[in-house]
Amino acid sequence: MRRYLIRLTTCMTLYVVLLFAVTSLFRHAPPTGVLAWGAAVLPALPILATFWTIFRLLEEETDEYIRHMLVRQSLFATAFCLSIMTVWEFLQNYEVLPPGNGGFGAAFFWFIGLGIGGMVNALATRRDCADDEEEAE
Amino acid sequence: MNNRLRVLRAEHGWSQQDLADRLGVSRQSVNAIEKGRYDPSLPLAFNIADVFGLPIEAIFLREETPE
Repeated sequence: MRRYLIRLTTCMTLYVVLLFAVTSLFRHAPPTGVLAWGAAVLPALPILATFWTIFRLLEEETDEYIRHMLVRQSLFATAFCLSIMTVWEFLQNYEVLPPGNGGFGAAFFWFIGLGIGGMVNALATRRDCADDEEEAE
Repeated sequence: MNNRLRVLRAEHGWSQQDLADRLGVSRQSVNAIEKGRYDPSLPLAFNIADVFGLPIEAIFLREETPE
């Protein structure tokens, strides 16, 4: 878990730095051609590294129940993200919503889903602990 | 799958954390298995059987199916 937190913090720090740097670059001296492609992709790389970090955690976790909970959390995040994006896409297809996503892409909703899944896991664990305390009394 | 983990643990006077330490898993794992919310893998089931010195079928019981 410690390795995961270090990797995650590194990715998030890199993401913030690259996002500000690339946004500033495009605002003040917009690159063109291949450079524009390269620069635009840069902030996405720490996000990809974050996905890798999460899947490494699944590989490295030795406790099979904790791993089971993490897999469940990731599946919830995937279902949540796909559901939101699918509905959004249809709303845009029929021009109920304007095109574009205002910066809220699939990764954003996947991480929101991961957070909700984590809260559900935490609540389940807390409920079980509370049951045990009641039985012990 | 039903199991007798809680009873066996109580007979040995172990807390969930004690058993978790013996198995090398988290306390949440022991809790989830005891409550039947999680069925352990075969290797973990064998470890549990070894810790109690019993065969697996004396700890884990098939859920009764209505005839």
